[in-house]
Parts: sequence; C-alpha cells; structure tokens
Amino acid sequence: MAIIELSHGSGGNKARNIIKDIFISRFSNPILNILDDSACIEGDLAFTTDSFVVEPVFFPGGDIGKLSVCGTVNDLAMKGATPLYLSASFIIEEGFEMEALARIASSMAKTAKEAGVLIVTGDTKVVDRRGGLKPAPQIYITTAGIGKIPKGIDVSSKNASPGDAIVLSGTIADHGISIMNARNDFGFKGDLKSDCACLNGMVEAFLSKDVRVLRDPTRGGLAASLNEIAEASKVSIVIDEEKIPVLPQVKAACSLLGLDPLHVANEGKFVAFVRPSYKNKALKAIKSLRLGKNATIIGTAERSLSGVFIRTKVGSLRPLGMLEGEQLPRIC
Amino acid sequence: MEVCGTHTVAISKNGLRSLLPPNIRLISGPGCPVCVTPQAEIDASIELARRPGTIITTFGDMIRVPGTRTSLEKEKAEGSDVRVVYSPLDCLDIAKKEPGKEIVFIGVGFETTSPAIAGTVLKAKKEKVKNFSVIPAFKLIPPALKAITEAKDIKVDGFILPGHVSAIIGADAYSFLKIPGVIAGFEAEDILEAIGMIVKLIVARSRVPVQIQYRSVVRPEGNPAAIKVLYEVFEPSDSNWRGIGTIKGSGLVFRDKYREFDALKKFDVNIQNAKEPAGCSCGSILKGTKTPPECKLFGKKCTPEYPVGPCMVSSEGACSAYYKYGNN
Repeated sequence: MAIIELSHGSGGNKARNIIKDIFISRFSNPILNILDDSACIEGDLAFTTDSFVVEPVFFPGGDIGKLSVCGTVNDLAMKGATPLYLSASFIIEEGFEMEALARIASSMAKTAKEAGVLIVTGDTKVVDRRGGLKPAPQIYITTAGIGKIPKGIDVSSKNASPGDAIVLSGTIADHGISIMNARNDFGFKGDLKSDCACLNGMVEAFLSKDVRVLRDPTRGGLAASLNEIAEASKVSIVIDEEKIPVLPQVKAACSLLGLDPLHVANEGKFVAFVRPSYKNKALKAIKSLRLGKNATIIGTAERSLSGVFIRTKVGSLRPLGMLEGEQLPRIC
Repeated sequence: MEVCGTHTVAISKNGLRSLLPPNIRLISGPGCPVCVTPQAEIDASIELARRPGTIITTFGDMIRVPGTRTSLEKEKAEGSDVRVVYSPLDCLDIAKKEPGKEIVFIGVGFETTSPAIAGTVLKAKKEKVKNFSVIPAFKLIPPALKAITEAKDIKVDGFILPGHVSAIIGADAYSFLKIPGVIAGFEAEDILEAIGMIVKLIVARSRVPVQIQYRSVVRPEGNPAAIKVLYEVFEPSDSNWRGIGTIKGSGLVFRDKYREFDALKKFDVNIQNAKEPAGCSCGSILKGTKTPPECKLFGKKCTPEYPVGPCMVSSEGACSAYYKYGNN
C-alpha cells in the first residue's frame, strides 16, 4: 500500500507527482493549470493560499505568524499584484499556550500592517494533541490572499526570454539555516537570522512592463526556482557562483552540515527576470531599499543550452538541478 | 582515486573533471560511510525500528537507504519512531527524557565520526544510562585502501586522501601506501593543488611518504586524544564492505567492557536473507571499477527520489553526486 512519506512534501519530483496525479488530474481548469505562485482571476486579481507548519514556532528573525503573512503576501507580490486582503485559519493542538497564540497573532497584525494588507476573515479549530514524535503541542496556520494586478503588468514564470538579466534581491539560505540552527540547537555562534520579510514594497519600487518573471525561492531554494522558471519559459539559465551573495556565517554553517546554499529555503528574497535594457534601473531601485542592499545581477537567461547551469569559481560550467528527496527537517 | 565522498561531491560540484587533461581520470572510492554499510546492518536497524518501545536514532542519510524489503523512512511513515540526530550526544538526552524506551543509534561512519560515538558511550557508562545502545557498523579507512591497492582488478596511480579522517588518524597512518597519496582539503583549489602534487610525485616516480595539502587541519600524528577515546571503547575486527567484501581489521566492535552498549547483542537481532538490490552496481562503483553512469539503473530506475542503492541516497554517494552535478 502506497502511503505518504515526508519526502513527498519536500518540493522535489515526488511532491510534483502528487500535485499532478492526485490534484491536477481531478481539479484541472485553465486557471489552476498555469501553476504560478498565485492564480490570476477575473482579469486583474491574484489569489493564493499557503500553509505554515514551521517548528519551532518562534525563531530568530520571525515566528510562524509573521511567516504566514509574509508567505502569502509574497506569493501575491510574485505575480506583480498589490496584496489587499488575507484570510487566516488556525489548527491548534490542545495544550498550546494562550500567551504564545497571542504573540503569534500580534506578530501577524504587525506584519499585515507593514505590508498594507487587512486580515478580513478566518477560522479556528482545536484538535487532540497528536503527541507522536513532537513533544510540544503544535499550531498550523493557513493563510489565503487576494491582490490586484496593476494595468499592463504581466509577470509569470513562463515569461522569461533569452537575454533577460536575472536579479537576486539579497543573500540566500538565511531562513533555512536559521531554522535548522534553532530547531537542533547546533549552537552556531554567528548571527543566524531568518530573512522572513514581505517583499511587496520592494517589488513596487521597480515593477514595470520590463519585469517578466518574479519568484521567491522558498522551499527547494534558488536552484528549484530557477529550474521551474527555465522549464516554464523554455529557456536555459546560466548563473555565476561568485555573484551569489551568502553571508559568511551561513556559508560556514552550510559547509559544516553538508548543505548547498543554493538548495536552502529563503523567506524574504526574490529573483526577477528583467529586460536587459532595464537591468541597471531595476537593480538601482532595489538596492536603494534596506531589504535590497545586497541585491545583485547573478546571470542571464539564454537560448543555447538546456536547463540551469552555474559557472563555478574555478571556471567550469555544471548543471544545477533541483533538490530531490530532501533530507532536511521541514523548514517552512 | 578520491577516497572520500565529500571530495567526490566537491569534484562534481565544481566541475573539476571537465578542467583536467584526458590523461588524468578521477575515480570515486569507498569513502561514503552509508554506501559501504552492507545490507544486513541496514536490515538490522529496520528490524529494531519495528519493535515497540524502540527509538532509532541516526544521521540523516541512513534514513532513506533501502534495505532488503523496506527503508527506515517507510517504517517511520508506518509509525516507527525514527529520529535524525546531528550529534550522537542527542541520543543521551532522548534516553534521559524517555526512560521507558530503548534508544538505538545506528553507528555508521569512519574515523571522523566514530570517536564522537565512542565519547558518547563513555558518557553513557559514566552517567549510568541503561537504555542507550549502538549498532556498531563503523569502518576504518587505511585497511580499505590497502585492500584496494592489493586488488588485481583495480588500477589506481595515486590517492586523494580524505581530509577529515586524516585529521583524526594523521598522515602517518598511511605509511603502508606504495603509491603517491596527498591529504586534501575540500575547496576546489585544494583538490586541484592536491592533484598537481600527486602528478608531480607520479612523474618523479617518487617514493616519499604521504603529503599533506590540508595543512591547516591535518598533522602527521593526527589527533591522539580522539584515537585514545576511540580505542578505549572499540577494537578492530574484520568487517564486511558492500561490494568489496570482508576486509581484515577494517571494522570496529565493542570491547568486552562496553558490550552492554552493543545493540546487536542486547536485542539479539538475527538477520537472514539480506539481499543486495538486483542490478545495483554500488559495489563496483565503491571499488572504482565502474563509474555511476556505467550502471544500467543510473538515472533510470535509480534516482535520488527512488533510490535502488545507497550510493544514490547518501549526499556523499558517487551516484548522487554524478546525478546531481553531471559527469563533469
């Protein structure tokens, strides 16, 4: 009997197969089948949903509440939409501390206010404590969101075109490594903090008709996002290893744990594919903001090769695949 | 031959094969601990995971390795308590928190990891932790290299020797080697420098002792304190390596004084009919007589998501590295 294993949720091919075989085959419709971060409905509305199961609930740089608002706001922003309204549903195990729930709600309220969205509907369910492998009672949050896409904006993973410049908004792997450190108490001394942040402000600062693709590289990291874009747009992508910013403390932790930062999750970064003529203007606008100060152009979309490639610091070119069969604890 | 799996990954990840002239061929060796663990020991851990009241603790890679019939990952989804730990000391915390359960650690690894596990056993003994034990599946690198240099079907001209293992055992532990060997670090430039050093030794037909490229970390004498802890708890024994077979003195077993921590004896695990997966070339790949793309299952029936053999599961496995980063 086939059963769900943790690796079915890791964002690799196993997860994609479930989505395809179990869900798309039954739910299929032209809006869903595009499979972008948000669905585009009624012409100019973006609509999306996401669930959050992060553990620990509070971590350096954020908490499950902040994450649940940022995650959905970012899914809308990655469609070029201005996020407007969110829903929030809570599944809470009995025994969860009331004070912790209040802190989570406060964090959601603060994050929503900063992002300019209203939480307008919600639901609460309390369930038996499942116990099992997790010693403490858990909380799971699902948010959904609606945003409005400005006139003339058409941002989609399928829009990348050969020649496009690829802008990365900052350092990678901060979130995944911080969560692992918080969860396992590795005791890494460096300043490891999740990058969890709403990206809509930054996107608004440079959004134009010359922006073709926006993607926030969460689960599966930058490598997964670039592969999905290459596949959806039928282009190849070449990025430069030396251009990709990684904080020294994150790099050290990755090397100790045997992880490749390119496959580690982010919660406050995006990659943008922009027309070559617009790249300098876009980069300047992003870099002028606090969250975008480490932004850089990491590569280009190309026609000649097939897939995603990385030019290593020693000058060789190697394929950059998706992470498959992830070993890491769940981090988003 | 790069002995160590972490070198294999670094070579693939940095595309170093594509930078080398055609007369230098890099062969991946037996230095992936998960990969060389034979099927019987994997089956034993799965068998223990099924017993009620048992918590299996392991380093991450092991959880997905297919046993003869199932894997720890599948057992976990079916309800077994299998936990990934990052330090063996975590097992003692779990043991103290759950005194009614038996904590069994899957002791896989080379000289890099085994001293920490020996240290954990010493601590357990001192603190009288009774519900903790270890499946001893440790391996030693020097006897395996000796076996490779003596095997007739394997032709190696020089060794890129493991950096971390050598930090423990020291360069002097390779004094038996009759072909050039250089202990290398893990950055692309470290490995290229080591290859350059090996080539110079080959060209000069030099019989100098093993050289150290990874000078910031490795000393000729290694880390005597770690070695002392290791051999306080364990003693060498003949050990079975996947694909290679039994190598004299290449494994570790508990000394009598610590045998209460030997999970295989404590729980009387008897594994029969352990079978290597049909068609899997992991054995030949670990010996260096085949490269991953030469296996007929590679990338077809065997992928990181649906692995047939351990070399495709482990992040240090040659098949996983070739699959992920390509044959360059």
